[in-house]
Amino acid sequence: MKRTPLYEIHKSLGAKLVEFGGFEMPVQYTGIIEEHLVVRKKVGVFDVSHMGEFEVRGKDALSFLQKTTVNDVSKLHEGRVQYSAMCYENGGIVDDLLVYHCGDHYMLVVNASNTQKDFDWLQSHVSGDVDLKDKSDSFALLAVQGPKSLQTLQKLTSVDLSKIEYYHFTRGTVAGVPMIISRTGYTGEMGFELYLESNAATCSTIWQVIFDAGKEYGIAPIGLGARDTLRLEMGFCLYGNDIDQTTHPLEAGLGWITKLNKGDFLGKPALVKAKEEGLKRRLVGFTLKEKAFPRHGYELKSNSTSIGQVTSGTFSPSLEYGIGMGYVSAAFSEPGSSIEIVIRGKGIPAQVVKLPFVQKS
Amino acid sequence: MNFPANLQYTKEHEWIRVEGDAGWIGITDYAQGELGDVVFVELPSVGTKLQQGKTFGTIEAVKAVSDLYAPISGEVLELNKEIQSTPELVNKEPYDKGWMVKVKIANASELASLMDVESYKKLIAK
Repeated sequence: MKRTPLYEIHKSLGAKLVEFGGFEMPVQYTGIIEEHLVVRKKVGVFDVSHMGEFEVRGKDALSFLQKTTVNDVSKLHEGRVQYSAMCYENGGIVDDLLVYHCGDHYMLVVNASNTQKDFDWLQSHVSGDVDLKDKSDSFALLAVQGPKSLQTLQKLTSVDLSKIEYYHFTRGTVAGVPMIISRTGYTGEMGFELYLESNAATCSTIWQVIFDAGKEYGIAPIGLGARDTLRLEMGFCLYGNDIDQTTHPLEAGLGWITKLNKGDFLGKPALVKAKEEGLKRRLVGFTLKEKAFPRHGYELKSNSTSIGQVTSGTFSPSLEYGIGMGYVSAAFSEPGSSIEIVIRGKGIPAQVVKLPFVQKS
Repeated sequence: MNFPANLQYTKEHEWIRVEGDAGWIGITDYAQGELGDVVFVELPSVGTKLQQGKTFGTIEAVKAVSDLYAPISGEVLELNKEIQSTPELVNKEPYDKGWMVKVKIANASELASLMDVESYKKLIAK
C-alpha cells in the first residue's frame, strides 16, 4: 500500500488509517462530527496527496482534452480551473476531474482510485502532438478549508489570496515553498488546495507552519470521513458512489459541465441521444427526519414499487438528520416528492429536496 | 483502549456486567472506536425477551450501522434513556454512562459461553 509524505504525521496524531485508492489514508483523527464542524466553522487541513495528477503538453493538447473531456476546455485561460468529466462511448463516466490551464500545459487532477484506469484510457486516445505524463508521485496535495482558511494561509504568503477567485489558481510560495495555490475544494467552504513537491521533509514543515498559523482560529486535521460528509452536504458527487461507468453526466445532474455544443467529444452521441429521449432517472437529494439514516445500496420505493437506490447517505453533522442521494425514476425527481427508503425492512418516509442540503452564503 | 476485568464479552463486541440476576449490557471501547461517532441507538422496549446471540437493537454511527447482539437471554428491565438524547456517551463512556439495556438474566449458565477480559483482548489483537 502507498503512503503519502505526511503518513508519519498522521500516525503521530493518532489518526485511524484505512486503505483508500491504494493509499493508507487518515479516515479520522478525533471524530467525524467534530472534524466536520471545524471545517464549517473554523479551518481544517486535509492530506489528499493520494489524488492523481497528470500533465498534458504538446501543440495538440487542447484538441486532445476537447475530445476526452465533456466541458469546454477552450474557455479556460491560464490560471483557471474547470470541473469536468471523461466519458466512455456509451456515455458512462470514466471519472470526474479538474482541468488546470497552466500556460504552456494542462494539469488534470483525478480520483486516486481511478488514477491508473484514467491514465490508460487517456493514453489510448492520444493522437498527434500530445505528451501525457502521470505526475501523481511528484505532487503532494493539502486542502485547507473553512471560513478561516484565507486568514490562516495569508500569514504565510505574499500572494494576495483574496484576489484569487473561486476556481482560479496562481503559483506562489507559502512559507518559502513553491506551490500551486488553488481556490478550490470539496467542502463548499472558502478554501484552498495546495499542490507542492511530494517530499516528506518539505510537507511536514508546511503542515506544521500551517497549523501554527491557524492555531488562533482552532485549526485541526481532517480525515476522509469528514471529507465525505462535507461533500455530501453540498450534493457533490463521489465517483464510485454517485457516478461511475453505469451512470452518465446528464442524469447525474452534471449537465452544467457537459457542453453538447462544443464539437465532438467521446460519449457525445450517446449523451445527445439520452437527452433527446428524455432522462429516465435522475440523481436527487433527499432528507429524512426520523432517527434512521440512508446508506449506500438501500432501496428507494414509492407505493411499494422500487424506484431506485441510495448512492450516498449519512447523518448530516450540520443538519443533525439523515441526508442522501440516489437515482430515482424521473417522475419522483421533483423537489417535494415523497419517497420511501427501505431501512432494515421498513419503509421510512423521505422527501426529495433541492441540492445542496446545506446552503452556504 | 480500556477493557474492564469485571465484565464478560462477546465476539460481536458487547459486554455484560452481572450483579445477582441482573445484567447491564453495552458495547466495548474497541467497538465504539471502530464505529466512530454514534448518532442513534435503537433499543427494544422494556419487557422484550432477548435471546442469547440474537440481535436486539441497532447502532447508527455517522458512516456505519451495526447490529447489537444479546450476550445473554433475558427480559429487558430498563433502557438507558440518556443515550437517546446524548448518543455520544456510547463513544465517551462505553462501560459507564454509555450502557444500553439492563436485563433480568433468564439462565445464568449461558454466562459460561462468554469471554473473559483476557480472551477478549486476544480476539481483538488478531
